[in-house]
Amino acid sequence: MAIVEKAAYTGNEAMAEAMRQINPDVVAAYPITPATESVQLFSNFVADGQVNTEFVTVESEHSAMSACSGASAAGARVMTGTSSQGLILMAEMLYIAAGLRCPIILAEVNRALSAPINIHCDHSDTMAVRDAGWIQIFSENAQEAYDNLIQAVRIAEHPEVLLPAMVTTDGFIISHGMEAVELLTDEEVKSFIGQYRATRPLLDVDHPITVGGLDFTDFYFEHRRQIAQAVENARRVIPEIGQEFGRRFGRFYGFIDPYKLDDAELVMVALGSTAGTARATVDGLRTEGIKAGLLKIRVFRPFPAAEIAEALGRAKAVAVMDRSDGLAGCGGPLFAEVRSALYGGKNTPPVVDYIYGLGGRDINVNDLRRVFIDLARLAAGEPVGQLVTYLGVRE
Amino acid sequence: MANLKQLAAKPEPFSSGHRACAGCGAPIVARMVLLAAENPVVCGCATGCLEVTSSLFPYTSWRTPFIHSAFENAAATISGVEAAYRSLKRQGKLPVDKEIKFIAFGGDGGTYDIGFQSLSGAMERGHNMLYVCYDNEAYMNTNIQRSSATPKGAHTTTSPAGRVIPGKQQFRKDLTAIMAAHNIPYAAQASISHWNDLVTKVQKALAVNGPSFINVLQPCRLGWDFPPEETVEIAREAVDCCFWPLYEVVDGEWRLTYKPREKKSVIDWMKKQGRFKHLFRPGNEAILAEIQANVDREWEKLLKKCGETAEK
Repeated sequence: MAIVEKAAYTGNEAMAEAMRQINPDVVAAYPITPATESVQLFSNFVADGQVNTEFVTVESEHSAMSACSGASAAGARVMTGTSSQGLILMAEMLYIAAGLRCPIILAEVNRALSAPINIHCDHSDTMAVRDAGWIQIFSENAQEAYDNLIQAVRIAEHPEVLLPAMVTTDGFIISHGMEAVELLTDEEVKSFIGQYRATRPLLDVDHPITVGGLDFTDFYFEHRRQIAQAVENARRVIPEIGQEFGRRFGRFYGFIDPYKLDDAELVMVALGSTAGTARATVDGLRTEGIKAGLLKIRVFRPFPAAEIAEALGRAKAVAVMDRSDGLAGCGGPLFAEVRSALYGGKNTPPVVDYIYGLGGRDINVNDLRRVFIDLARLAAGEPVGQLVTYLGVRE
Repeated sequence: MANLKQLAAKPEPFSSGHRACAGCGAPIVARMVLLAAENPVVCGCATGCLEVTSSLFPYTSWRTPFIHSAFENAAATISGVEAAYRSLKRQGKLPVDKEIKFIAFGGDGGTYDIGFQSLSGAMERGHNMLYVCYDNEAYMNTNIQRSSATPKGAHTTTSPAGRVIPGKQQFRKDLTAIMAAHNIPYAAQASISHWNDLVTKVQKALAVNGPSFINVLQPCRLGWDFPPEETVEIAREAVDCCFWPLYEVVDGEWRLTYKPREKKSVIDWMKKQGRFKHLFRPGNEAILAEIQANVDREWEKLLKKCGETAEK
């Protein structure tokens, strides 16, 4: 475990460094705030001959994912990066990339969706494409973003998975925040990810195949079932690769990251950078003798329902923190899935939802304390009055 | 110049058994373009008639590697395949002696309209690829809706000949000229009726270093409403009346590749197609005159660009 460098990087810089070390065959990308920086940095690597990548400067995110799909089907290792409107402009192609079983890696920076237009963090963009068939990994900080991006290559390209994967950071909070990051050496990354060998590349002109054919009622269902199976296979592969990464480099990864959950009665569930704030809040409450805990979810797709049910097995009340509002009229997407994961289990504590931080609205320890105070009342037997609370908004 | 005997001796690159309508011109385009190619090719195709009729799982007509991903992105998709080729070849991950060519197909919907941005971007970026539009002048795959390639006056299901409005109100977009304006090394207009002209153009297009574009007129017997055995003849008459001139733009130089001995009447050509039949009812004479005048004007403009004169 030779760590060559521990230096200050923004999330975008850490993502760009990971991309440089992964050295993909093709990158097709279109700039968008706050993901632009990593694309710019990567352009420098290309211009300076530090990577072997063919960089396709497309005219839109839709074309970015189209070119990525073509390049991946051709047999190349392919990456891109985007955010917000860019991600949802890609949405059609995200589904197709997964359906064509293209293991493309996407560095996604979570940002609010228009309208009103807003460039700051929330998870609306990533959640909007949660059913596209992509692996989705959330990062709490720049270090995780870097580690996740490298692992994503192995996960996506695993022969029993062959699905695209997006690794997300929170816009500005992580993408532009400077942190100490431990980089691996170029050699370590190279040996961890290995060479990509496509099984049936388009460029094998001696063995022509047709990619993207038309299925009618007689085959579509079977092909979609195969994708569902690949997602199920990823459930096994993701923790295996997280463990292997840990054994080699000292940082272990799984689906979820429990914090002080062993005896926790009041549990907060969160994704991304808010986990850090939640951990500080838990520490504060613990000094006051309150049994608070945090369940950070790292992988949103495939959704680790069993792991979550197990981790929340002793909780007396649960608050789900949703940094996006699915506008379902009954809570955010994380809430719906966490609550569903608990249904039918041994422990079914009251679960409430907090929609917070939309459009980059700051969230701090005091806000999260308020959530735990609500949970304490529920744990004491008070009935759930309001299932969904908008936290930190002027009403 | 292509040699028909030599072409006929080549293995068939686009298999029969596809599900195109009887009399459809689209498979003719695919066959001729693929027969013209001398190197191995990888093809892409936009969603549309050619794609749905040729790649119905578990069958395929494509004896070349083929990719379809969506409607508006054939150019972007094949540009990604070409980028992968350049990258892998440069890195020694592909044999250096094997040269592969890249061809994207799209109908006029996938090319003039929804795929226009993707096409423009790919041409500007300079990929080594040929884009072939099989232009049947409407969205035929979804049952004949108007496109920006639909000629003025034509009845389509979204520009119907009604009591008040007599078919499509606008003239068609001149896409070939727009592609030539991208200053790509090769742009051309061709027709399924002139096989040698088409095959020669494809060979020229594949020989250039950089992007090329060919717009091929492909009559649709269903949407244009004529008997299926007349497809090639209808295409020929479109060329002879100068509605669809055959020309090429090589490094910015415009050249006519076929000049009709006698310029026929566009109105006579229109008479053979059901999509224009409402224009031959009394009261629509002015529209017919306007269409003929437009063809005359465009033809004169083209002759000037090509350094030709009308009488010769």
